[in-house]
Amino acid sequence: MNNYSIIIAGVGGQGVILAGNIIGDAAIASGYDVKKTDTIGMAQRGGSVISHLRIAPKIYAPLIGENQADIVLSFEKMEAARCFNFLKPGGIVILNNREMPPLSVGCGIEEYPSDNEILSVLTQKTDKVYLVEGSKKSAAIGNIKVLNIFMLGCLSQFMDIEDKIWRESIIKSLPAKIVAINISAFEAGIQAVKPQ
Amino acid sequence: MSTNNKLLSGNEAIALGAYHAGIKVAAAYPGTPSTEILENLAEYKDIYAEWSTNEKVAMEVGVGASYGGVRTLVSMKHVGLNVAADPFMAVAITGINGGLVIISADDPGAMSSQNGQDNRHFAKLAKIPMLEPSDSQEAYDMVMAAFDISEQFDTPVLLRTTTRVSHSKTIVETGNNSRKQVEGKVFKYNFRKYVMLPANARARRPLVEERVNKLAGFSETSAFNFVTKGSPELGIITSGMAYQYVKEVFPEASILKLGFSYPMPQELIKEFSSRVKKLVVIEELDPFIEEYVKSLGIEVTGKEFVPIIGELTPDVIEKAGCAMGILSEYPGTDAAYKKPALPGRFPLLCSGCPHSGLYFTLSNIGQRSTIPGRKQREPKLIITGDIGCYTLGALSPLNAMDTCGCMGASIGNAIGMQKAGVGEKVVAIIGDSTFLHSGITGLIDAVYNKAKFTLVILDNRTTAMTGHQEHPGTGKTAQGEDTYAINLEEMVKACGVTDLQVVNAWDLKAIKKALKESLESDELSVIISRGPCAVSVRRGINPSKVDINKCTTCGLCLSIGCSAIAKDGDKVVIDGSLCAGDNCRLCEQVCPVNAIYPDKPGLIGANNE
Ligand SMILES: Cc1ncc(C[n+]2csc(CCOP(=O)(O)OP(=O)(O)O)c2C)c(N)n1
Ligand code: SF4
Ligand code: SF4
Repeated sequence: MNNYSIIIAGVGGQGVILAGNIIGDAAIASGYDVKKTDTIGMAQRGGSVISHLRIAPKIYAPLIGENQADIVLSFEKMEAARCFNFLKPGGIVILNNREMPPLSVGCGIEEYPSDNEILSVLTQKTDKVYLVEGSKKSAAIGNIKVLNIFMLGCLSQFMDIEDKIWRESIIKSLPAKIVAINISAFEAGIQAVKPQ
Repeated sequence: MSTNNKLLSGNEAIALGAYHAGIKVAAAYPGTPSTEILENLAEYKDIYAEWSTNEKVAMEVGVGASYGGVRTLVSMKHVGLNVAADPFMAVAITGINGGLVIISADDPGAMSSQNGQDNRHFAKLAKIPMLEPSDSQEAYDMVMAAFDISEQFDTPVLLRTTTRVSHSKTIVETGNNSRKQVEGKVFKYNFRKYVMLPANARARRPLVEERVNKLAGFSETSAFNFVTKGSPELGIITSGMAYQYVKEVFPEASILKLGFSYPMPQELIKEFSSRVKKLVVIEELDPFIEEYVKSLGIEVTGKEFVPIIGELTPDVIEKAGCAMGILSEYPGTDAAYKKPALPGRFPLLCSGCPHSGLYFTLSNIGQRSTIPGRKQREPKLIITGDIGCYTLGALSPLNAMDTCGCMGASIGNAIGMQKAGVGEKVVAIIGDSTFLHSGITGLIDAVYNKAKFTLVILDNRTTAMTGHQEHPGTGKTAQGEDTYAINLEEMVKACGVTDLQVVNAWDLKAIKKALKESLESDELSVIISRGPCAVSVRRGINPSKVDINKCTTCGLCLSIGCSAIAKDGDKVVIDGSLCAGDNCRLCEQVCPVNAIYPDKPGLIGANNE
């Protein structure tokens, strides 16, 4: 069995919390101990959301410390850089190429960082950065809301959890009528990180 | 591991534990991080669960149900216990009939609260037993044990969690447990126990001391207080979530974990400390355990190194350990890296929020908005604020709130401001749930004492901030039954207010007129701004659009603070996928050159992330 400390980052409304729950479920089904904790803002849309997931034979602390995250899975581009402090040197970053400018950017008070700025921050610690077109692919599949399951597809390639268990956990967590489209998203996510 | 293991949050585990313990009644007022406890209990149809008007009422309902003979759970956030302190202190003296467990969910990091107070002090103040879980399994086990302790010792029990315990999901094994059938007790006339006339209250005081002494003995043998033997060089006493961090940061140390943390087990602590060379207390917030250990004459280190403020984390404990000299160099440091400078992503009112129009207008009258390129003027008006989504109106670009302390305070503060003689007519601003929670008594005070100010009630028909719970104005109970919906207009009038206006939350003209009129009138005026919370409105349907040929980029629409409107270079654009469309149209009313217009219906699909 392995140890995984995973940070999932995104913006309120992107489905970060559900994604974390599905990973937790799949890990339990694979016999792991799991602890998961979220730092969410309030009821409103649009704040930063960070989920900490720890998966190992035995876990005490639910929180991941600085430089301890094996994987950072980011649903929004800049949010990956916000979680940089958690990233373990040599860790994996999977980042969705989608910009959601916060209000301060929209009002012209601050600027959204360039791709270069974001990548130069991340590559200080690792060269394993996977930039994926999750939002575009999700829209092409038919609904941008399947992004979270697309991202799980990407993640699944870096974890020792059986494909069958992933699929079962996804099916269990979603209403029947949207399962098919989400399974397509999962599969597209797998393809997105496979070496070409 | 058995496949019946569930990944539950602390709050879900408490609800399940209480259900299995056979509770019949649950009462609460929403508040992060406690809210999900009652939300989960409300799902069970074989118990009665209510959203109470406020925490004091919840506590009183809970005490009544306990007197009435059934097992009862009352839950609230830490500051809620301030509101409920009076009945809480009373039931500590009368004791209970059916088991009574009170959940205080603390927020040490003040992540969604006005403070990070340490409610362990309440157990000591009331002289009642306290349990502190450190994960969901313990939360589940402890809530069940708490009912037995409550009934065995004739006392309410405080179960104190923290945000990190309440909201972390960890595995819970429930074994073969199912709902326990608990025999209800009858309420028997007992004047000396239940009627706290001074003479009876005095007579019960020695019983409280006796009880706390017995509980101290019980604490010595409680399975929730346990030692994990490690090296004799270092002994750590800890509780709650800090225990988990200690286990990870100091895998070698001997640990005394206090789960039954009031009254504390004196002998166990003495014995533990005598077996280790160096003794350290690692606890979140105040030196609650540490001061007790010191009072026993035991030498101990703690708060000189472990922060007294905020949430602990493994990193914080590691740093403290290094400073104490019980850990070698702090390995986690990040100092070597260039840190990203990123634009902040703060919570803000949703696009299409019913609070936006009122705030936009108030911000304009008060000359408060801060938009680059627009001249910053001298702010006018005094606006006393309150707690809810609408507190976000205090932030840029609206900046339309001057005070915010605790729920209901806007009204009393406005009365005080006026009586203190501030020049202008003060505006108090409060949400519907908050008004019903603790605003009404303030309004009665205002009428009675002839105060003159403008009260705005933002009636979005829900308790939005904490996740959209029902309240006495919504017409639905916690368990989904239809019920009478309090009519705010009638209520305000019944308090004696004569100058009352009701406006549509998205009708800027009406809002402006009402505010202007009330600010000019020399009496107590109330404006109810009404419009349902827009959090679940489908966005992206028939959105607003900017005609770039007409737009002069004056920036006025940006000062609404709508997240769908953004400046893109020297243009203003509306993100159609975020716009609430027909449910809003605020910006269209704001634009001085009519550059904003509704796009054709149905053009943009349900692009609603
Ligand atoms: C004593 C106390 N109890 C609970 C809370 C948590 N809380 C903050 S605001 C709020 C209610 C907000 O509802 P409302 O006034 O209707 O405003 P909205 O969020 O809907 O705009 C609650 C329950 C608190 N801060 N203090
Ligand atoms: S949740 Fe409702 S009340 Fe709160 S900001 Fe969003 S729309 Fe407004
Ligand atoms: S109509 Fe204007 S103010 Fe309202 S949500 Fe759309 S863009 Fe924002």
